[in-house]
Amino acid sequence: MKLPKFDYVEPTTALEAVTLLSQSRGLAKVIAGGQSLIPTMALRLAQPALLIDLRHLESLRGIAVDEAGLRLGAMTRWREIQDSAEVLDTHPLLVEAVRHIAHYQIRNRGTVGGSLAHADPAAELPCIAVTCGASIRVLGILGEREILADEFFLGPLATALGDDEIILEVRFPRWPSSRQWGFQEFSRRQGDFALAGVAIFYDTDNSGRLENAHVGVFGVGQCATRLSGVESALNGRTNTISVAAEVARLAAAEVTPSDDLHASARYRRALVAVLLERAMALARGERA
Amino acid sequence: MKTRPQIVGTPLERIEDHRLLTGKARFVDDIHIEGMLHAAIVRSPVAHGLLKGVDTQVARRMPGVHGVFSAEDIARDFGGVVPRIAIRAIRIPELEPIEQWAIATKKVRYVGEPIAVVVADSPAEAEDAADQVTFEIESLEPVTGWRQSAAGTSPLFDLPVTNRAITYTAIKGNARDCQGAYTRKERFRVQRHSGFPMETRGLLAVWESNAQRMTVYGAAKVPFFARRTLAAAMRLPLDAVDMIEVDVGGSFGMRGEFYPEDFLVPFASKRLNRPVKWIEDRRESLLGSNHSREMESELEIVCEANGRVLALRGSVAVDAGAYVRAAGVIPGRFVALMLSGPYDIPNIHVESVLYLTNKAPVGTYRGPGLFEADFFRERLFDCAARDLGIDPVQFRRVNLVEESQMPYRLATLDFPEETDELDSGNYRATLDQCMREFGWQEKIGLQGRLIDGKYNGLAVGCFIDGGAGGLKEHARIELENDGQVTVYVGSASVGQGLVTILTQIAADALQLPVERIRILHGSTTYLKEGVGSGYSRSTVMGGSVVLLAVEELKRRMRDAAAKKLGCSPDEIKFERDLVMTAGEKKLGWEQLGSLGLAAEVEFVNHHHTFAYGAAAAHVAVDPRTGKVDLIDYFTLEDLGRVINPLTARGQAVGAAVQGLGGVFLENLYYDADGQLLSGTLADYMMPTATDFPSVRAEAIGLCPSPHNPLGAKGGGEGGVIPVGGVIVNAIAAALVTMKIDPKELPLTPEALWSLIQSADGRSSV
Ligand SMILES: Cc1cc2nc3c(=O)[nH]c(=O)nc-3n(C[C@H](O)[C@H](O)[C@H](O)COP(=O)(O)OP(=O)(O)OC[C@H]3O[C@@H](n4cnc5c(N)ncnc54)[C@H](O)[C@@H]3O)c2cc1C
Repeated sequence: MKLPKFDYVEPTTALEAVTLLSQSRGLAKVIAGGQSLIPTMALRLAQPALLIDLRHLESLRGIAVDEAGLRLGAMTRWREIQDSAEVLDTHPLLVEAVRHIAHYQIRNRGTVGGSLAHADPAAELPCIAVTCGASIRVLGILGEREILADEFFLGPLATALGDDEIILEVRFPRWPSSRQWGFQEFSRRQGDFALAGVAIFYDTDNSGRLENAHVGVFGVGQCATRLSGVESALNGRTNTISVAAEVARLAAAEVTPSDDLHASARYRRALVAVLLERAMALARGERA
Repeated sequence: MKTRPQIVGTPLERIEDHRLLTGKARFVDDIHIEGMLHAAIVRSPVAHGLLKGVDTQVARRMPGVHGVFSAEDIARDFGGVVPRIAIRAIRIPELEPIEQWAIATKKVRYVGEPIAVVVADSPAEAEDAADQVTFEIESLEPVTGWRQSAAGTSPLFDLPVTNRAITYTAIKGNARDCQGAYTRKERFRVQRHSGFPMETRGLLAVWESNAQRMTVYGAAKVPFFARRTLAAAMRLPLDAVDMIEVDVGGSFGMRGEFYPEDFLVPFASKRLNRPVKWIEDRRESLLGSNHSREMESELEIVCEANGRVLALRGSVAVDAGAYVRAAGVIPGRFVALMLSGPYDIPNIHVESVLYLTNKAPVGTYRGPGLFEADFFRERLFDCAARDLGIDPVQFRRVNLVEESQMPYRLATLDFPEETDELDSGNYRATLDQCMREFGWQEKIGLQGRLIDGKYNGLAVGCFIDGGAGGLKEHARIELENDGQVTVYVGSASVGQGLVTILTQIAADALQLPVERIRILHGSTTYLKEGVGSGYSRSTVMGGSVVLLAVEELKRRMRDAAAKKLGCSPDEIKFERDLVMTAGEKKLGWEQLGSLGLAAEVEFVNHHHTFAYGAAAAHVAVDPRTGKVDLIDYFTLEDLGRVINPLTARGQAVGAAVQGLGGVFLENLYYDADGQLLSGTLADYMMPTATDFPSVRAEAIGLCPSPHNPLGAKGGGEGGVIPVGGVIVNAIAAALVTMKIDPKELPLTPEALWSLIQSADGRSSV
């Protein structure tokens, strides 16, 4: 479990980073918090010849809120999100999800960009990005482009990111303060990757009927996805116990989990149903 | 005479901690020696197969590489044979053919078995070169469970031809023919798991060719046994080998036993004439350190209608892994010998069969065989109590061994014949006190109730904790020139607070402040002989030998003082701080210090101690996810005499949390090919500091052991023993309306959810 040999550079601009990346012809990797990459290298599952450290790229830092919504630089650490009163105000669902990520020490180093690029199917942030319709701004040797979260995640540890591209930031659309939401996940121990997780939010019309319902799940498929069947079943209804139970059944049918060492597909389906019901209760303002 | 306030029994803060917490500890990986090289081990990726040749040519030419050794290279130095790891405890000739070779020779028998050793300038270079060692393995059918092992279609050894390593039988009375109003037979299973210390194993071997001496840093648990084993394997005189004990980040039974690397690394050092270090990585630790606990039982209980247990009978299948290692037979012996626990059961017939499988060999893990036995027995008791309509607490009360029955004989075990006696105890009083302090009366109203969507359940169980194994311990005591007293003991420190405990004992006996006592332990350089730690023995055996050593030192001081004062030694009286008086005359240690007074003693003890106690749990089960919250857990243990309530409680809480890991989380999971799937700490889930915050523990000194001058009983393992039985009984009690009787560990959320699902199915049919 000792790291393989590699070279190491610390570029100071994003352009320099992507240039190095493109010159390496697939042999280099960028490193952010190192919390996913280093273990992979120690187990020799990855053997990059060059590590390009992003820590000096000022343009990848910072949290910004404006009319359009919330922007998180790729090098934003989990801790910074948790410490920011502004994010709590403008995106409570995101903060709640981040609270469930890993452990104290890991949250001090792990980054937003690293999580998105790593694309673990059980990670929280990709699910929040997909559920909220976030977009991911990336830079490559040919310039910048913006990718919708929905189109960014292609499968377990697979994304639409090109070989020479790095993530600059992720943008979340504005979050109306009246919006209702719920977040639930199930893991064996606090801080473990989730066996299943659910994030929901919706707005309501004057008569309390749901509109703009968004329901995302993680840990139960190839990558985080929205459940469109559940969403359309919710729009136009009110969030009652019986509606929640009804859509929970729909959700269990709509997800496509698989078996692994930690849980069977059958159990994961059941969890999705329970977690959705509980997230719906939280959105109603009740205890889960 | 003014005496010092007694220190034994007080919560003295651990003397070790200041050094540990200020970063001054010295673990084996902290030791760096000029010219030191690093070893990496090439391990078998195949569970069962014929090893057809190992090619080390490419690896030898890799950068930084100093040597690569395969079985062939080793055999060449030892007249054509590869040394084997002798069984430490309870040798019997029949097991010798299945002892593990220090390196795989013609066959590999588990994934992770050493095939070659690579030594290089750095650990990374050694690993890089290890990747370049090639070998051919012709796969054989892997045996991955005891049933397949019993079927015998794929024998692990040519001789013996059977995979059944040994069968132990524990007998008392006539259980086979025993009849009663009620019988129930059940199968129970405990999964493979083990104690994985935070600090992985490791050693640094230093061969000095001029002196022809081998020094090994990193010894733990039983350094004197390791010395004998290594000296014999390397064909060196015993006094040419020394084992140095440095700080150890946990043992739990597993660390300090003799493993293949404990031969391979010194061997490499001697061959290369350079110091060689090897530090196990986490994957190797999970793959190759002693596993434990994997057992399946089929047991029948025979009772009278009032719940008096008449007999326990049946069998236990132990999945022993690929070889019988140093302590490999212990769990299988203890599960049979101590199945009856603290209960008076007149008739017992239990067979325990050790099956060989293509998995890592097993060894001892805190409470070996006892955690399993308690799970089997306490579950069976609750099933029986429920069938008979008897309150489970009452069921235990009527069956506990009574104080007037002490000493109480357990069943007799064969190979070699062994029987044991519960030494002393008031088992009912401890059960009552446990329930009182747990708050049983206040909580029992919650039994089975659904509150906030969760079913509440409570259970209590009783246990024994055998200690003070291993016949002897040794010590040397010296009065230093500065009035300090140094005691060298054979006991080893594995994180249990040994120095603190022995200091307290010595301080009281010498009437000295703790600052004037120095305890040095473990290393073979201190003493001619010693035993170590394990079998909950350090306090009893180490503590008793310290007492003997103090007595002997005082005798010598008295003689010396009598000479100086011109009186008879009987007239000399000891005051505090090593001041001696004879009538009006007075003498201090200052006048004796330069005489170099010292003594070497040994303590011999033919009896085990039996600490005992009770544990109670309150759980809340989420029926929709199968998740169990531990609301409260309390464990109470009578240690005969509590030397330090802080360290005693620390041991019990830590052990209980390990038990909870065994109940809910930990699983060394092998697939049908014999590959270990839980090979990282992300997949092998251990409880962390925050997972079970509600564990409480207390140690009391109610009934001293009659077998040692301290009256103490060994107590390092008691915390883990009852956990499986108590927790699962509480869960079953919570779900009593669903008639759920979990019989297998680990009880993961999914496992429990599945039971609830099928119970739902049953009730809706
Ligand atoms: C014990 C443990 C528990 C964990 N639990 C959780 C959990 O519950 N939930 C969870 O979501 N995560 C969890 N994680 C993962 C953690 O959140 C990681 O920090 C995160 O997934 C990766 O972020 P990083 O900054 O460490 O990335 P790194 O490890 O540095 O990189 C990961 C990958 O992303 C690439 N990368 C990084 N930054 C960029 C960028 N700007 N542009 C393009 N590519 C980039 C790297 O090349 C690499 O391939 C856990 C990790 C550990 C060790």
